[in-house]
Amino acid sequence: MSLNTQGRPTAIENVDTSGQVGGAALLPDEPLLFEIGGPDHSGVDLDDIEIDDAFLGGQKRETPLDLPGLTEPEAMRHYVRLSRLNYSIDAGLYPLGSCTMKHNPRLNEKAARLPGFADIHPLQPVSTVQGALELMGELAHWLMVLTNTNAVALSPKAGAHGELCGMMAIHAAHRANGQDHRDVVLVPESAHGTNPATAAFLGYKVKPIPAAGDGTVRAADVEAALGPDVAAIMLTNPNTVGLFEPEIRKIADAVHAAGAYFYCDGANFNAIMGVVRPGDLGIDAMHINLHKTFSTPHGGGGPGAGPVVLSEALAPFAPVPFVRKTDEGFELVEHGEGSESFGRMTAFHGQMGMYVRALTYMLSHGGDGLRQAAKDAVLNANYIKARIKDRFSMPFGSQHCMHEVLCDDSFLNGTGVTTLDFAKAMIDEGYHPMTMYFPLVVHGAMLIEPTESESLPSLDAFADALIRLADAAKEGDAERFTNAPQTAPRARLDETAAARKPVLKWTRSSDA
Amino acid sequence: MRYLPHSEADRQHMRAVIGISRTDELFGAVPDTLRLGDAVDLPGHKSEIEVDRYMRALAAKNRTAGEGPFFVGAGAYRHHVPATVDHLIQRSEFLTAYTPYQPEISQGTLQTLFEFQTQVAHLTGMEVANASMYDGSTALAEAALMAQRLTRRDKLVVSGGVHPHYRDVLATYVEPDDGLSLMPTDVAAGEDLIAGVDDQTAAIIVQTPDFFGHLRDVKSLADAAHAQGALLIVCVTEVISLGLLEAPGALGADIVVAEGQSLGNPLTFGGPYVGLLATRNAFVRQMPGRVCGETLDARGRRGFVLTLSTREQHIRREKATSNICTNSGLCALAFTIHLSLLGEQGLFRLAKLNHKLARNLSGRLAAIPGVELLNKTFFNEFTLRLSRPAAAIVDALAEHGVLAGVPASRLLPNESSVENLLTVAVTETSVEADFDAYVSALTEVLK
Repeated sequence: MSLNTQGRPTAIENVDTSGQVGGAALLPDEPLLFEIGGPDHSGVDLDDIEIDDAFLGGQKRETPLDLPGLTEPEAMRHYVRLSRLNYSIDAGLYPLGSCTMKHNPRLNEKAARLPGFADIHPLQPVSTVQGALELMGELAHWLMVLTNTNAVALSPKAGAHGELCGMMAIHAAHRANGQDHRDVVLVPESAHGTNPATAAFLGYKVKPIPAAGDGTVRAADVEAALGPDVAAIMLTNPNTVGLFEPEIRKIADAVHAAGAYFYCDGANFNAIMGVVRPGDLGIDAMHINLHKTFSTPHGGGGPGAGPVVLSEALAPFAPVPFVRKTDEGFELVEHGEGSESFGRMTAFHGQMGMYVRALTYMLSHGGDGLRQAAKDAVLNANYIKARIKDRFSMPFGSQHCMHEVLCDDSFLNGTGVTTLDFAKAMIDEGYHPMTMYFPLVVHGAMLIEPTESESLPSLDAFADALIRLADAAKEGDAERFTNAPQTAPRARLDETAAARKPVLKWTRSSDA
Repeated sequence: MRYLPHSEADRQHMRAVIGISRTDELFGAVPDTLRLGDAVDLPGHKSEIEVDRYMRALAAKNRTAGEGPFFVGAGAYRHHVPATVDHLIQRSEFLTAYTPYQPEISQGTLQTLFEFQTQVAHLTGMEVANASMYDGSTALAEAALMAQRLTRRDKLVVSGGVHPHYRDVLATYVEPDDGLSLMPTDVAAGEDLIAGVDDQTAAIIVQTPDFFGHLRDVKSLADAAHAQGALLIVCVTEVISLGLLEAPGALGADIVVAEGQSLGNPLTFGGPYVGLLATRNAFVRQMPGRVCGETLDARGRRGFVLTLSTREQHIRREKATSNICTNSGLCALAFTIHLSLLGEQGLFRLAKLNHKLARNLSGRLAAIPGVELLNKTFFNEFTLRLSRPAAAIVDALAEHGVLAGVPASRLLPNESSVENLLTVAVTETSVEADFDAYVSALTEVLK
């Protein structure tokens, strides 16, 4: 039996379907919470009790809260509808270079939600959280073995916080050694923006190091920049153009010989875990983005975690708190008095939720699986590179890359299509764009990181889409790019207007 | 390995296309001496069932808050989070999206951030809020630096009632040479903060309710700060209190920071949490962190984008207002969903319930011989002065199955004046039977 026996017309008439995939029923416009909620709507059942004000010191609230509520069905619908406007790694390949958007196993989520981890307080008696401390100890062990280092500070809350931690340890070490006068940090031009921002945050002057013609840093250039005023170098390895720094050991030796320390940005650790140990490269400090390499979901911009592994020279300066194993069990060292610890970076012990997910991921892979994941990540990037190399321009030639492929925009010369246009056109092909305009050392950069999570058919479909677009650009179909995206919930947004006259919260139109 | 899709045949095909015979050739830039052999000194891969068993066993070694009477607070609070919240934040589209740098396909994340910023602004009584910080303590440190930039002055007068760990984080971010002036620990809210304010002062930093639970007089501090051209930074570690207490913005605060964990986020041993940072419109260009703004798309439809990025590290590099990049996006989403489920009515009622229960327990505990209530004011957390050192009492009460609170000495180990002090937090998750258990156990232990 057909449902449409009455001959109701099914053709779409007078409906503007441009910009809709699957139609309005699947990609709805959704008003703001403040436009649909009400002051007496609530998704919780609480009685309106009477209280006396004796202990409120005359500070009872008089300003209206002005926070509309939603009943549970309203909230469910509102946020589910909003969620449908997002791209996600669960739904498609997410080739953001430098971001390591790999699969997020759901076992990790399940483990993090065990009440034994989720429902414990950071200031409970230590005797009641021995399992949590054991987990932190175990995670630290895996990180130290993978990096061949002696110590790890777990508490930093994200990569940039980890950078701050590592550089603070370096700062403290120089101070302890009477080397306070060192006020320069060397940062290659290809570095993540967080590196110079971190160095400047601590009052260091940033001295840029140029990249050689092949995209890597020369030991000779570092040596030339070193001097008695240099406190440290901040170097990413593999670097942000997707290459392993071949002279890294020489650089480390030169840095140490000059009395400086070597901070390594570990954002790209996914390419080398289980294959190369950063400790063997001579690093003194390196943060590890658990939310990149060890699969904590990105959650639309965090939370992450940025533990920092430290060399023997820097270990004494690590921040509190840290876990120590004793004969009676695990203890938590929460105060640095009497030690050389540079202090505390956050109120509690760091990102336990991320520790659980990362350790679950590590145990699932094992040492062998992590090594295979790194190799597959590198294999996948090189496969994409091989598939597209005839159509795209690769600034550093045909050498093998690590886990990400860097292109510049010279293949678009004369087409009227920019890197931005190209990226937006990828949305119409069904993909999240790659990282664009980073690293800054390459004109119109496009940085592609497929990760180890993609299957061969997925990689082929992605490469086919890239080739299709490159051909379309060269064939003069510029409008396909400059008007893109056509199929997304929104066309291009006016970011200039947003910045010029910022509207950062909702206001009633009658208030405006 | 269940997470790696390639078969050996796939890999072989890919190597052929690349033109290599072994994957190791791709690591040719790595000097041989630096390459590990085949062995990594770690256990091999494990099945889901094995890992699940291991993690459960570890989790079982911890005593959960939900197992029995629980009164631990001091900056992290156990509240009931509606089941809807965790379901929604686990939607693939929220959970596994990256930072919304491509707004056309990230409107879900962006619109919820805009809702978050609006909620935070209303809750704190401020004009504008950012899209979250790591947690309350780092938000406070960033606010202190922001005040120094705004006033071009260094001195920060920090109340002795600010959470000791927050003070420690401040001391990590701002050195004493750079103007940090920490007032002595102030257990009774008796300090004179205003006396320390001069024409070199960038800001007064005060927490309310403070670490010991006292409500602070924000208005007079704001007036005193402003009279010297300084700013007032107000820090809130229990955000539910704002449902019942006056908004700091309405009392003259210039920057309000808060720990938002109480809304939507479980205790999780201290993180991940979500820092709130709100301020005046005039200060927005010195505000750290990501901000979401409203705009129009090419077809004139409303949409949202990350904006004012010229303050941020990926554009400004060494001239950025902060090095922060990844923040607490998903925790902010949980906060926003929980707060929209509460609404103003629910939040007000929840705050009243917390206060009433805390009043009830404080009265019963203070009636026990050897126990004195320190507070004349509090919201849902108060401080008891016991007749003996609190740390040992807390351990003894844990033996009785009661997690009684936080001994102040755990955070302030070198201050003998706090040795007998115990902070006790009460939320809607406690029931009368928990109070009965606490009262009888404490009576017993203090005998």
